[in-house]
Amino acid sequence: MITFAFYFFAILISILFLITVMSSNVLYAMTSLAAGMVLISGLFFMLGADFLGVVQLIVYVGAVMALYSFAMMFFDTGKNVKEKNSSALAVFVLGGAIALLLVLIFAAPMIGHGQNALHPAIIDATNPQSVGMVLFTKYLVPFEVAAIMLLVAMVAGIILAGKKMDQSLSTMDTTEVTEESIRSTK
Amino acid sequence: MIGLGHYLILSAILFAIGLIGVVRRKNLLMLFFATEIMLNAANVAFAAISNHYHDLGGQMFAFFVIAVAASEVAVGLGLLIVLYKKQGTLDLDNLTRMKG
Repeated sequence: MITFAFYFFAILISILFLITVMSSNVLYAMTSLAAGMVLISGLFFMLGADFLGVVQLIVYVGAVMALYSFAMMFFDTGKNVKEKNSSALAVFVLGGAIALLLVLIFAAPMIGHGQNALHPAIIDATNPQSVGMVLFTKYLVPFEVAAIMLLVAMVAGIILAGKKMDQSLSTMDTTEVTEESIRSTK
Repeated sequence: MIGLGHYLILSAILFAIGLIGVVRRKNLLMLFFATEIMLNAANVAFAAISNHYHDLGGQMFAFFVIAVAASEVAVGLGLLIVLYKKQGTLDLDNLTRMKG
């Protein structure tokens, strides 16, 4: 049963992410990315990381993809950026080779010798409980730093996106926009 | 039986897909999508190793990766909006001039 579930999720995730990477339509890419994120949370549930799966659903599918879809409204996604590639084969070989190299580098110490658990999972506690125990003792300082980082990111996002928000591109004429872009590129 | 190796191979495949996306994309928004795929592949590997060693450290790192990804998206999309207002396009090749 778990074997079937793993292959089901793995094949679906690979196909959806391939659509994300290959599609030239931004909307298709974003939708398949969101669907792939949902299925990845299924992998987390299978691995016993319940809390991580829920966080994946809330943060990635709920927040990040909503942010992307809001940002898409700013961009004219109808006119596609022309993707000119010199050689598709080179891209595939290069991407695959670099990924394989990275995986080998990071897997080498794990294969080399056995490792012991630094923070063993508590036996008679559910996953969210034990995550909370480890997060608020051993990882308290990184947790607080992550909170400050999220605050800084929020302020940066508001300031960057909110600048000149009163003069939106959609209220300008198309001639004005092109003049603006011509002026800025000169 | 599904073991650690299966999950790590799946993670490597997903990472390769993301890397191919980063290499071949010219649209900056699509480039962001590809980086999300790579971050998710790393998270799958973290969760699998955490499960294999019965160690919660991997899950902790996955949480921090998610936090970093969320803030990256917030700042990155803000920068993307500024760039689009300036240049009117999301083409990566426009950035090669490095001129405001």
